[in-house]
Amino acid sequence: MTAAVETAQTTTIHGDRVSLLRVLGPAHVWALGVGIVLVGEFTGWNFSADKGGALAALIVCWVVGLLYTSVAMIDSEVTSTVAAAGGQYAQAKHIVGPLMAFNVALFLVFAYTMLEVSDAILLGDTIVAKAGVEGLTHNSFIAATIVVLAWLNYRGVLMTLNVNFVITAIAYVSIVILFFSVSPWTQGAVLKLNELVTPGNALPYGWIGVIAAFQFGIWYYLGIEGTTQAAEEVRSPARSLPYGTMAGMITLLIAAAMTWYVCASLMPWEYLGITYYPLWDAGKLTGSPLLENLLFIATLLAALASANGCINDAARAWFSLGRDRYLPSWFSAVHPKYRTPYRSILFLLPIALAFAFIADLNQAITFSILSGVLQYTFMSINIMMFRKKWPLGSIRRGYTHPFHPLPAIVLFCLCMVTFFAIFLGFGSQLIAMTVFYFLISLWFHFYRYKFVRRGDQFSMPWPKPQGY
Amino acid sequence: MARYTPPEQSKAGQILDIAVVVVAIFVALWLPLKLGFAGAAKSIDPLDAKTWDALGQNATMASIWEKLGYTPETAHDIIQNRFHYIIDWPTLIIMAIVLIAYFVFLFRASDKEYREVINEKFDDK
Repeated sequence: MTAAVETAQTTTIHGDRVSLLRVLGPAHVWALGVGIVLVGEFTGWNFSADKGGALAALIVCWVVGLLYTSVAMIDSEVTSTVAAAGGQYAQAKHIVGPLMAFNVALFLVFAYTMLEVSDAILLGDTIVAKAGVEGLTHNSFIAATIVVLAWLNYRGVLMTLNVNFVITAIAYVSIVILFFSVSPWTQGAVLKLNELVTPGNALPYGWIGVIAAFQFGIWYYLGIEGTTQAAEEVRSPARSLPYGTMAGMITLLIAAAMTWYVCASLMPWEYLGITYYPLWDAGKLTGSPLLENLLFIATLLAALASANGCINDAARAWFSLGRDRYLPSWFSAVHPKYRTPYRSILFLLPIALAFAFIADLNQAITFSILSGVLQYTFMSINIMMFRKKWPLGSIRRGYTHPFHPLPAIVLFCLCMVTFFAIFLGFGSQLIAMTVFYFLISLWFHFYRYKFVRRGDQFSMPWPKPQGY
Repeated sequence: MARYTPPEQSKAGQILDIAVVVVAIFVALWLPLKLGFAGAAKSIDPLDAKTWDALGQNATMASIWEKLGYTPETAHDIIQNRFHYIIDWPTLIIMAIVLIAYFVFLFRASDKEYREVINEKFDDK
């Protein structure tokens, strides 16, 4: 039995100790990570072409891939050692302190809730575009998506992630089918990369555009770290979490490269940079009704899988905050029958609905990216503190990532570049959101923290950290 | 170290705290949208001659635009809608200060709380 299993926590309901169910395997972990992220290939990544041109979108695809490889390596080590619901939240609680944990949970909730909002907007807009009916709006489709998926999550995590596994696999296969259907080894027949990405337009803004493109480059992979959210519901966290996360990252790197190649070879960068559904458009531009319909369905499925995983992850982070009394303990209830954090699911539902109706797609994506980058910045510092407080050999690690501290340094540097990228075009949004986190941190530190049981915040069976 | 016993929070207090969080979320995320702070800082560089050539589109690009249902007139506002990357140094400095101050406060205050956690956890043994 792993340390994580031993420390699985429970919530008391009507006098009974109720815990989250340990029912998930590596395939579910893969589905949770890739399911959340794969929608990034169907929309969002292409806004990086808008900020820097088609070549910039490719450059950031690989460089941001490096950022996320660092995230996956670091996360696999820490999560396989601190395997508890809330993922990075539990890590922050054990390694940095309660206030950081509170912030990390908020990063997670906002990153995932705004990603869910983006998914719902994408789904609604795609259906409206396909229908082509005058006066039809996306509102009813957005509302139906968010409510039905919340209900699925309310009913149980196993059913939710089984659904995710199937629809994620279908969406992924559609990208592979599109790639091989357009004869990727031949230029000129269907793909026309040389004529669409020319020396004159490859980098229309120069290298500053490449930097700026980092912002939406994050969208290729944002959410892969969500694999850790279900740590308390995984049968063998030390094995399943690193395996599922790494497999997910490899899957996404391949999908991102294929997506860029096909899309950049089928449409001008100015259009690629603004379309909400680049892969569906790519399907249309091949002239094949079969591919067009396949990519239409895959776009919807990718959005559904992502929104589904986001509700799962955001609710678990919020649930953890309630359980530790960082927020009112009312949120920490587990459903007596379905064993899900149902109050957290229900609380976040109207917030997602509200923002789905007031934000547009790139604004919602930017909110999500901002919270994601703040979280990755934390992760780069967190791993340094983890290795310092518990050097190798002092505690049992499920997985030890190689080349430390190189991944942490790479991650930190790329986060700084991404902050600058967000500043280029979305600076006010970045400042407003950071001010929010600052103020809510003051509220927590000087008021809310008094409700927190100090010693209970450290539940791992580890020795005292070095330096304390 | 004496074990810290937190106060029990009343139902009214819990409701108030939930309200504070909800208000904070909407102020932080909704207000930038309402005040027009959110979204891309782009503007259209208009062209007098609205032809594919003037818009910098070669024959392949033009044929794709047309396949997508665009004419040079309707594509003009998409193609000419550009970012203008001028570094606004005062804003950049403000952003850097806000970010650094936030992280410094976060780590320092967290460390203070963490010491209480560790002291209580390990001094109990």
